[in-house]
Amino acid sequence: MSRAADHLPSRLPRLSPLAFALTIAAVAVILVSIGQVAPSVERLANGLPNMGNLLWRMSPPNVEAAFLLRVFWRIVETFQIAVAGAAIGIALSLPIAWAASRGISPFGWIGALLFKALISFLRTVPDLVWALLFVATVGLGAVAGTMTIVVDTIGFCGRFFAEAIEESDKEPQEALSTIGANRFSILLGAVLPDVMPTLINTSLFALEKAIRSSVVLGLVGAGGIGQELKVAFDLFQYRSASTIILVIFLIVLVMEWGTDRLRAKVQ
Amino acid sequence: MLDVQQISVDGHTGTDTAEVVINLQGLRKRYDARTEVLQGIDLSIRRGERVALIGSNGSGKSTLLRCLVGLHAVTAGSVTTMGETFNSFPDRGQQRRLRARTGFVFQKHCLVRRRTALSNVVHGMFSEPGSWRGFAQSLAPEAWRIAALDALDAVNLSEKASDRADALSGGQQQRVAIARAIVRRPVLLIADEPAASLDPVSGRDVMLLFNTLSALHGITLIFTSHDMTHAREFADRIVALRAGRVFLDKPAASVSDTDLEAVFHVAGR
Repeated sequence: MSRAADHLPSRLPRLSPLAFALTIAAVAVILVSIGQVAPSVERLANGLPNMGNLLWRMSPPNVEAAFLLRVFWRIVETFQIAVAGAAIGIALSLPIAWAASRGISPFGWIGALLFKALISFLRTVPDLVWALLFVATVGLGAVAGTMTIVVDTIGFCGRFFAEAIEESDKEPQEALSTIGANRFSILLGAVLPDVMPTLINTSLFALEKAIRSSVVLGLVGAGGIGQELKVAFDLFQYRSASTIILVIFLIVLVMEWGTDRLRAKVQ
Repeated sequence: MLDVQQISVDGHTGTDTAEVVINLQGLRKRYDARTEVLQGIDLSIRRGERVALIGSNGSGKSTLLRCLVGLHAVTAGSVTTMGETFNSFPDRGQQRRLRARTGFVFQKHCLVRRRTALSNVVHGMFSEPGSWRGFAQSLAPEAWRIAALDALDAVNLSEKASDRADALSGGQQQRVAIARAIVRRPVLLIADEPAASLDPVSGRDVMLLFNTLSALHGITLIFTSHDMTHAREFADRIVALRAGRVFLDKPAASVSDTDLEAVFHVAGR
């Protein structure tokens, strides 16, 4: 046997006792969770006939003209909630992201930290919780939905805009500072042109996300097609529900196709 | 080891009657407790002079240039640039006045890649009131656009005004950076190794351009270079730094090869 064989490194990395204990604990947590909340084979077997029965009751989809017209206007409202909410959210995200960018924020590192914490807070709270809050404050309907999308978009775009601004090319910024440019001029002159492709990409993702969110906001009364879906299920009108689900699928598909094309153009 | 006093410093110490643009007294700069990059620089530069600042890597050339306009804080001593005297950093007013009259060209052109050549030159007006309008040439006042096109014309690039910066060659990008630096007709033009990232022909073109502009507009030019041909050909005066001190200060024409060997001499090599 060659001498090299005696010095072969171990196939697996050596684990410290602490790392080993943490790995075992993580595996235990996963197994216990699966045991308690994941569907059992028995449960799945019992549920499958019900699923088949539901699908049977959902077909064929409801294509009555009056219903389709109502769905159309709900879709228009959903689209408006998404577009208005995303546009306002993106516009607000930009100054907030600037304020949250380390090394570039006009409010120093403490200000940047506070704005970053604000963005994290807006992102951490789920959109349905924001929708419940806004429905409770401004009432049922599309306005609550739009406000939800605004907040959700700030949480999403704020983070990625701030990261893009922090990673922007520093050399042109230093050059403009040497010329006597102030922070705002540097933002407009050097930072934004550099990060523009990232901003556009992120904004398109935000729009996609807004469309998907606005579809479900109606489940808690914040307007849009989701409201119609909830009514259909509540009243056991499964054929109407299947129409709405198909329409939602089509909208999301078209939006993703459209934003993909736009992203390709930006690249 | 060579004594730093071995080569006499040819006293450009402000006794001349010509206007002094830069006067440094005992300038010191320390980045941390162990490293003092500049160890007491006394230097005076008159209006219209073309000064080449030479020295080995780490001798303090770039730091000195940045201290002149308050890009780096001075640890001790005083800096007087264009009549503005400061000890650590210039105050906001001084900074504004200094930077409005100074053009700075970096080794890397530092242009905004996704903007046109004309927009990049318009950026040179950023110290003007209402400067935010200069972020794109399309929004800039007409007078700024005309001045920027004139500056591009001065560097023979007016036909590339609408081209994006990243579509230009390295030499052309450096010329755009020079146009940006001169668009406000600065009193002082500082260039930190402006030809270092260019091929020999483009590098020489850029240095010739500096020479022409300096002569044409009476601009004081200070540039750093590792190319001694450029230093001798394009400067009136050569100032050499060694270990953070002025090691040599002579008219360019009288700097000999022996002088240069002494500047770059490293003990034990």
